[in-house]
Order: sequence, then C-alpha cells, then structure tokens
Amino acid sequence: MALPTYASPLERIWYYTYLVICSLVFLFLIAPILVVIPLSFNAEPYFTFTEKMLSLDPTGYSLRWYDALLTLGHPAPETPRDNTWWNAVWERATWVQAAKNSFWVGLWATILATVLGTIAALGLSRPEMPYRRLIMALLISPMIVPIIIIAVGMSFFFAKACVAPDSAMGLLFGWALSEKGCLANSHLGVIVAHAVLGIPFVIITVTATLSGFDQSLIRAAQSLGANPRTTFFKVIMPLILPGVISGALFAFVTSFDEVVAVLFIAGPDQQTIPRQMFNGIREAISPAILAVATILVLISVLLLVTVELLRRRSDRLRGVTGR
Amino acid sequence: MAEATPELLTTADGRPLKAALEAAQSRAKRRAFLLVLPLLLFVLVTFLIPIGYMLKRSFEHDGFAASAPALVAWFEANPGFDPANPPEEAYAALVQDLARMQTEKTTGIAGTRINYSVPGSISLFKKGAREAAELTPPFKDSLVGVDADWAKPALWRGMASAADVYTIEFYKVASDLKLGDEGWARGADNERIYLYLFGKTFLISAIITVLCLLLAFPVAHLLATLPMAKSSLLMILVLLPFWTSLLVRTTSWIALLQEQGIVNDLLVGIGLIGDDGRLSMMYNMTGTIVAMTHVLLPFMILPLYSVMRVIPPSYARAARSLGATSWTTFRRVYLPQTLPGIAAGSLLVFILAVGYYITPALVGGADGQLISNLIAFHMTKSNWSLAAAIAGMLLASILLLYWLYDRLIGIDRLKFG
Repeated sequence: MALPTYASPLERIWYYTYLVICSLVFLFLIAPILVVIPLSFNAEPYFTFTEKMLSLDPTGYSLRWYDALLTLGHPAPETPRDNTWWNAVWERATWVQAAKNSFWVGLWATILATVLGTIAALGLSRPEMPYRRLIMALLISPMIVPIIIIAVGMSFFFAKACVAPDSAMGLLFGWALSEKGCLANSHLGVIVAHAVLGIPFVIITVTATLSGFDQSLIRAAQSLGANPRTTFFKVIMPLILPGVISGALFAFVTSFDEVVAVLFIAGPDQQTIPRQMFNGIREAISPAILAVATILVLISVLLLVTVELLRRRSDRLRGVTGR
Repeated sequence: MAEATPELLTTADGRPLKAALEAAQSRAKRRAFLLVLPLLLFVLVTFLIPIGYMLKRSFEHDGFAASAPALVAWFEANPGFDPANPPEEAYAALVQDLARMQTEKTTGIAGTRINYSVPGSISLFKKGAREAAELTPPFKDSLVGVDADWAKPALWRGMASAADVYTIEFYKVASDLKLGDEGWARGADNERIYLYLFGKTFLISAIITVLCLLLAFPVAHLLATLPMAKSSLLMILVLLPFWTSLLVRTTSWIALLQEQGIVNDLLVGIGLIGDDGRLSMMYNMTGTIVAMTHVLLPFMILPLYSVMRVIPPSYARAARSLGATSWTTFRRVYLPQTLPGIAAGSLLVFILAVGYYITPALVGGADGQLISNLIAFHMTKSNWSLAAAIAGMLLASILLLYWLYDRLIGIDRLKFG
C-alpha cells in the first residue's frame, strides 16, 4: 500500500508506524524458527548464546550436538569410525531409528491418505454428489476435533481391535500388528491414525484444485472416444496432479510432526522423531534437540518451496493468474 | 389449424424423457457416491467408531455390576432402600460379593468403579475383600468393624448407582458435582477443578484469538495491498511457520523465553532488568499464551488475507473523496468488508486453541495447562471413564463451534496457502 499524495503529516507518521508494526509481527513469526539454527552449533550444553558465540569466536561453535545424534544409543561410540561404527549407527542409534520409523510411518500414511482422499475428492467435486456438505464436514473433522480426543478414542478402540494370528485378517496384516495381533502398539495402528489426520489436508487441497477444473474437458475426452481410464490418466490426472502432490506433502508433514496419537497408541517399537523430541523436551533438555530442530527446519523450507512451485504451476495450468 | 396436442417427449428408444433423465441422474449420484465410499468406510472404522467407543465408555462401566452379583440383585429387589441405614441382608450380600472379589481378583476394578464417585473406595474395597472370608454374622457390625466407612450413606448411594452398567455419573464428576451422604450436590468452591479448567481454557483461547487478530490484521492488510511479487515473498514468512514442526517451534520458544534464555539475556544485557530480576515467561500461563499465539497466527493471517485481497481499493478512495477522514474510512468502509475474514480466522483459531495439547504440556508449567492436558492426565492415571467424560464434554463444545463455523463460513472455504 503506497502512501497517497494527499496524506497529512499525521497519516504519514501512522503509515510508518504501521510498517514498523508489520515488521515486528514478521519478526515474531520467523525469529523463533531461525534462532534454533545458530544455537544448534553451540559448543556448550546451553540453550542460549554464549559469550564466545556472540564474539564470533570459532571455538564457541561446534558440531558436537549433531554428533550426539549419531552416538546416542550407539553401543560403542568411542571406537574408530569405520564401517562397523556406521553400521551400528544405522542399526542402533536412537535418533536414526526414530527417523527411520517417522519416515516409514509417514510414507505409508501419506499413500493411504492421498489415494483414498483423491478418489473421494473426485466424487465430492461432482455436482451430483448427494449429502455433499455433510460428508465434507465429516471428512474435514479430523482436523477440527482435538487431537487428544482422537488419541483417547483410538487408544481405547485399538487395544480392542485385535485379530487372531491364524485368521485371514491375521495372515494378511499380522506382520504390521503388535505381537498380540492388535492395532495398539503396532506400526499399522500409527499409520492408520496418521492417515486419518492427513485426510482433511488432501481433501481440501484436491477439491480446491478441482474447483477450477473444467468438467467439459471430461465430456470432450469421452466424445473423442476415450474410455474412463484413459480420461482419468490422460486428462484429469495431469491437471490435478499439483494439488494431489501438495495434499500428499501436507499429509506427510502432518504425520512427520504428529506426537499425541503416537504417545497414546504406539508402543516402544514405534519411537518417532516427534516422540523422541517430546520426551527430550520434557525430561533432559539438551542442545541435541536443537540440532534435530535445525534439520527439521531445513526439511520444512524444502517442502514449502516445493509446494509453492507446484501451486504456481497449477495456477498456470488452470489459467488462474496471480494468487 | 387444429390445436397441437401436447405430446409426451420420449428418448430414441421410446422411454419418457423425464424417467430417462431421472435414471441418468440417480446413476450419476451413485457413481459420485461410490468414489467417496472407500474413504467414508476408512474414516468410519478408524475415526468415527473409536470416538463413538470412547463416548460409550463415558456412559458405561461394568466394573462393579459384573463383580458384585449378590448386591446388584439385592439393589434390584429393593430399589427404595435407605442408604443411611441399609439392612443386614444388604451387608450379607456385600460381604459375600467381597469374598468373591477376593477369589476372582476383581477387587481393583470394582473399587475403581466406586472410586469415581466416592474417593478412597479402592483401598476400602481391598481392605474389606481381604477380611471378607473371616467375617461372621451379623455382617453389618463385623464389616463396619473392619472400616467405619462401610456405613457411609454416600458409599451405599455410589454402589446402588454403580449396580447399573450405564450411568451419567462420570459426567456429573466432570461437572464438579460430588456424591455426598445426601446425594449429588455441588462441590465446595475450592474443589471445582473441571468446570474451572473448562472456563480457563475458553478464556485463554479467547485471549489467544484476540492477540492473533491484532497481530494478523496489519500483516494481512500489508500482504493484500502490496504488489504480487513482494507479497508472495513476504507470504513465505507466514507459511514457513505453518510448515515447521510444532515441536521445533515450541523448543525455540523455550530457548527464547526461559529464565536463562535469549530474551532475558538480552533484557539484562541492555540493562532493562537486573540479573536477579529475570522475568519468568516460560513454564507458566505466559509461556502457553505466547507460544500458542505464534503457532496459531498463520491460521488467522491466511483467511484474513484471502478476504482482504478482493476488497477493491476504490471504495476507500471514494470515501476519502467524499470527505471521510482516514479513521472514518477504515471504520465505516474497510473494516465491515473484512468481517467475513475476521469471523473465519477467529473461529478457526479459537476452535484449534480450545483443543490444544502439546504446547501447554511442554511450556505451560503448572498454571498454563488446558483441558486437553487434564484428559491426558486422567488417561495416565487410568481414570479412563472420567477422561472419556471430559473428552465427551470437550467434543460437544467443539462440535457446536464447528457447526457454527460451517453455518457462518462454510467448510469448503477452508484453504491453506
């Protein structure tokens, strides 16, 4: 907003105050995220800037907290760093295990949420869809209902949701269930819970993409002799793909950042990064948490840039200019 | 010329057009619904049924009813007994059940059920069950001899009510009612923790909503009025927190606000406060409010921005040219046009704040805890029915707000970025 030429002195003062206020709010938004990055290179076990760091003394900085991520849970951290040492990191280090769990759970939850969510969004954006508003409200509700309620409900229900190991369901899903054949304390339980939490994001982004979708393109494809499968893969899919990928990334981030459901329904084998961080912050807070936080910030910057690029591409494809 | 008789329009194969259209429409409806069906089933099994099951547990507990058959039968036969002075045969049934609990190891679960309405019952039941086999008639005197609490009218009221598997007792407890000797009554003022915490949660959420609105309004306005290239750059500053892990943001606030943290160091460094006068902004209500405002701010900025972006600047110019001061222009022309955005953002932030768990749990300390943390607390203490009842009450208030949101704004208007 440029200042109009007829502005009075008072308005000029107010205008500059307004700009200062805005800058302060931006600072409030971004500073807490950026501040963890230099702090994670602290050479001391403190959560604040030391004298040496402030005077930019190189000895005030170190990579010891990143190193700590590899050595925590390592059976022999002091031995030379050869192949065996790195193997042990991959197999035993606590944070590496948590990262692996987070990644796999996130991946499967994303696939589940994206596939089911995209198909449902296709149905929801058809004009003939019955009870559209009600179904939409239901599918968005995992985002609105407090996570603690979802977690409590799931922890009650998943403890009872068990199958006999020799039954058909047990043979099919037994590998992903807990030893007793239950959803509680199992990888499948966490995946399913995270998929539910990711669904609203997929539904919202894909229906938003479809709202600008020209339905006559489908009729055009069909009139030119395309069967439904060809229509879907050659006409619909390329146009909604940016929205689907954004939704999938949202779903992945939701799972990658989720801790409450994990706390309530997961067992010791499903240690994830957020759970490890949550426990770390609650018990012994060490700058190693800041090192993890820095890595996570870098990941989120990467994801944000991807989504922004996708959104622009989608707008361009759909002929929407500007935001 | 003869009058044209209205002819029934038909399709090529001779069916009436109306029927053919209806058939085609219902086929299209079915197809659309079939696409949504897999997700609906998935959400039903993994989301609706668990929540329904939780609600069921908030109304149902068979811990006592299943392990005290003799007393339950007696209560059924004597619905109008006097809890202040139960007769000998009631005590006889109770002692028989206590002995049975001891052999079947159900003392804990029966005591837990009664403990919800009559605190202290778990140890009372354990003690009674241990001695039950040795007790001799008259059972009333011998059982009261073990512990005088067995004669308490409140206990008998509690047991009579627990004889029924279905109950609203957990909701009564969660509404700060206490089972006294005269029946259910409001607890003493200093014991009213649950409704107090509900009130506090709503108050803190309202404070956070107002703070978010105050901070978001100028920023959203700036983003909406800047040229596109600049505003998309600044938009990244809003979206980055949105994409950053909640735990990361909470951790940073601990680093910033704790007593040996950066903000305090800075204030001491510039001499605004002394080293002994460090502000405690973390592990209390201030910490909860600051961190949650930061976390929820993007949810306010984005809806405000999307409304402000489409407000034509010519309205404000017209008002100015007609002689309105800039304040009047803002108040009478601009602000009313932003109301849909204010409503959408505020409701969303409020709804999300009311159910918040992680941030208060990590930075809230003792007095910054919200209702979600209380639910989690009762879950860890195995007070499952009470946790379910509080969760049921929270769910009801959230659904009310959600309904309001859908009414006023419409869920399909929800968007990110």
